[in-house]
Amino acid sequence: MSAESAAEHVHVHEPPSSFIRRWIFSTDHKVVGIQYWILALVAAFVGMWLSVVFRLHLANEGTIAQLNNQLSALAPDSAQAQALTEQIKALQAKWFVLTPEKYLSYLTMHGTILVFMVLTTAPMGGFGNYFLPIQIGALDMAFPRLNMLSIWLTILSFITLMAAFFVPGGPPNSGWTGYPPLSAIPAAQGKGYEGPGGYGQDLWVLSIAIFCFASLVGAINFIVTTLDLRTKGMTMLRMPLTCWAWFVTAILSLLSFAVLLVAGLLLLLDRNAGTSFFIPGDLFFNKPLVDHRGGSPILFQHLFWFFGHPEVYIAIVPGMGLVSHLLSTFARKPVFGYAAMVFAIFGIGIVGFFVWGHHMFQSGMSPYVAVAFSVMTMVVGVPSAIKTFNWLGTLWGGNIRFTSPMLYALGFVSLFVTGGIGGIFLGQNAVDIYFHDTYFVVGHFHLIMGVAAIFAMFAGTAFWFPKMFGRMMNEPLGKIHFWITFAGVNVIFITMHLMGLEGHPRRYSGFNYDFLSSNYMVTCHKIVTHTAILTATTQLLLLVNIVYSLFAGPKATDNPWEATSLEWAIPSPPPFENFKGGHVPEVHHGPYEFSVPGAAKDYIMQQEPPEARPATAPSAH
Amino acid sequence: MTPLLFVGMIGALVALTLYFFATKAPILPPLISEHGQLIDDQIYLTLIITGAIFAIAQLGLAFLVYKYRHREGAKATYLLGSHKLEYTWSAATLVLFVGLNLMGQKVWAEMHLNEHPKPAIEVEVTGLQFKWYIRYPGKDGVFGRRDVNMINDAEGNFLGLDKTDPKGADDIVMGSLTVPVGVPVVMKIGSRDVIHNFGVRELRVKQDAVPGLAVYIPFKATQTGSYEVACMELCGYGHYQMRSQLNVVTMAEYTKFLADNAP
Repeated sequence: MSAESAAEHVHVHEPPSSFIRRWIFSTDHKVVGIQYWILALVAAFVGMWLSVVFRLHLANEGTIAQLNNQLSALAPDSAQAQALTEQIKALQAKWFVLTPEKYLSYLTMHGTILVFMVLTTAPMGGFGNYFLPIQIGALDMAFPRLNMLSIWLTILSFITLMAAFFVPGGPPNSGWTGYPPLSAIPAAQGKGYEGPGGYGQDLWVLSIAIFCFASLVGAINFIVTTLDLRTKGMTMLRMPLTCWAWFVTAILSLLSFAVLLVAGLLLLLDRNAGTSFFIPGDLFFNKPLVDHRGGSPILFQHLFWFFGHPEVYIAIVPGMGLVSHLLSTFARKPVFGYAAMVFAIFGIGIVGFFVWGHHMFQSGMSPYVAVAFSVMTMVVGVPSAIKTFNWLGTLWGGNIRFTSPMLYALGFVSLFVTGGIGGIFLGQNAVDIYFHDTYFVVGHFHLIMGVAAIFAMFAGTAFWFPKMFGRMMNEPLGKIHFWITFAGVNVIFITMHLMGLEGHPRRYSGFNYDFLSSNYMVTCHKIVTHTAILTATTQLLLLVNIVYSLFAGPKATDNPWEATSLEWAIPSPPPFENFKGGHVPEVHHGPYEFSVPGAAKDYIMQQEPPEARPATAPSAH
Repeated sequence: MTPLLFVGMIGALVALTLYFFATKAPILPPLISEHGQLIDDQIYLTLIITGAIFAIAQLGLAFLVYKYRHREGAKATYLLGSHKLEYTWSAATLVLFVGLNLMGQKVWAEMHLNEHPKPAIEVEVTGLQFKWYIRYPGKDGVFGRRDVNMINDAEGNFLGLDKTDPKGADDIVMGSLTVPVGVPVVMKIGSRDVIHNFGVRELRVKQDAVPGLAVYIPFKATQTGSYEVACMELCGYGHYQMRSQLNVVTMAEYTKFLADNAP
């Protein structure tokens, strides 16, 4: 079916009259997109505040460890020693002091919530759902009912995950990676985790399995929509890079979530049905574990990271697409090397499937395979570098407007570079012998996968808010939020790199080592904690900005940014059927026709008539 | 205002980061193993290369942002890209990244691919929640049989040594690892419950201890002293306190250590 006939034969529906069908169980891709966006916002705050609690715990533990060191040098009954003892007792009574189990639980939930419910939902399910159909000129996603299924399964998955807080034993403490046997055998997690105490881990696995299913459904929808529902004139190479990014992300999701779903189901069986996919024989937990043998813990890691590495790209590729889009829009210039950008996105997607083993260099898997994974990992650096060069090229010779979405996008580029640098260390199998499972890794992945992707979400929110809600966001508030957050995350995560350089292990809830209770390490911990509190608090500005702008922001025009893609050719907010009366415009121009020589204004929208572009101008797509 | 602020912010980012890495990096923990020199060399080489990339890319970004900021009457250049540039920087980064990686393969081969040095002192390292036990084969140089059903923590038989096996009669089990300086050692690393990781910063050794799997890691210590062994893979609530010790001693001390602890 050609795109043309699809556009012509679409039958335009009236919006459902019932409130529930219109706004809650809605098949409208715009409503689904906003639902994903809200889910991500809620989840981001839950996950972030969890991290603030365990950061407080860590800084406090560091102080206690140092005081204990001082104490051991004093005579036990001296007045000074008694004062120190009092001080330690006071610190140990703080509300944020966690047991080792709770510390790991919060850590596990922080990671799981952020990776799945935020990084995987907002960039794709949120902005992608809302804007893919509009940008390619479609009236909705290809399968609106599947779309509704996908968001509600994701919400169910989030509720299931949150339920882990309320069952006996609380959330699991096996980390967001959930490696068996720790995650597979209840006794391994400690006394309180057997029987009903293990429900937290079961809910965790179940939640991820549901999430996988929802993502698979969503991925199919994105792929079909992109391939089949483009309007007349919207060739693949006229799609904005955002659409390319969502398309590649959907392919990655389809191929990787299927594998994680399997891993999750097998783990659930190992826990509850007596199977042994991941549990080897001859284990001992208080007594010999007689009913399990023959499984492989490393098999789980392969399945997990076969998903887990592409997942990094699922989080970041939509951000890359959006940032390319924004740099071009606000530098008033075409994207530098559009085709190279498309190739680079595909390159990252394809090569990204052959590098999962770099998470497992020290796992005991074949060391020969490690060499191959390591070389492939360096190869995946090439498309990443291409993208960075092209972003810089896009700025070159521009006429840059410093709006808040542009600032967030520039922040993304900077964070992507900084985070990427750490990857050059960790991707080398030899260097990873030293850095594996240290704070260096924590700093690295937070910068590149966490914060960079979140900056793209900030950018998307600031950029598309006027279209989604019909009102502009507050610029000064957005800029203040940008500066503090940008400075804050750099301080937090670069400090973590430095701690990793000293070999600080991740996932430690205490300071039982001489090298951990050194002044240097504890100072680093305190810097990270204090900056984290400041940065987390700053996020309230974003919330204030959203709520304030929703009600009191200046009304947005149709195209406040003077951008070119189709969403700016329709009212803000768009009508139910996107394009009035279902009349989708024909596309005549490439997506980034900014500052075309001889044109009347410095941008040509995609649906403008062919004459808008002077025949004398150098040809683009 | 905004572009200047951006330049200032990026400038501070680059200056502070380079300063801290330049002053902190040369003090990776002291190195006490032979192969570790190769790892350190590779780390420093990577630091220098990536430090340069970091500075150039960030400052380049700041420069472009400032230079091409919006001014009254300014116009952007209509620039679509350049195939030549794309090929050049793709090839350059490919050669740089893969080349850098290949330089690190020598030490990887030494630890994992090549045949391990012989003769070497063989020790068995076993992780369990939340302790390490190290077994020496004793005079006969052979480890005795282990059986999970014979594990008895109360009696101190953490590894399930089979007392009826004559080969195991002279096996020594300790809570810390003692090795002589300057002699090749091969560790057989395993676990009796969940995954642990035997990591010693100064030794530049880090290896998962996986239940059901034996991994062999060679090293040669170059300096006597005591060093902390840390568990580097999340193994449960006690992960952070799974601490042990590596004692590197002279050969004479090592012989005495074995004799003193022989059953």
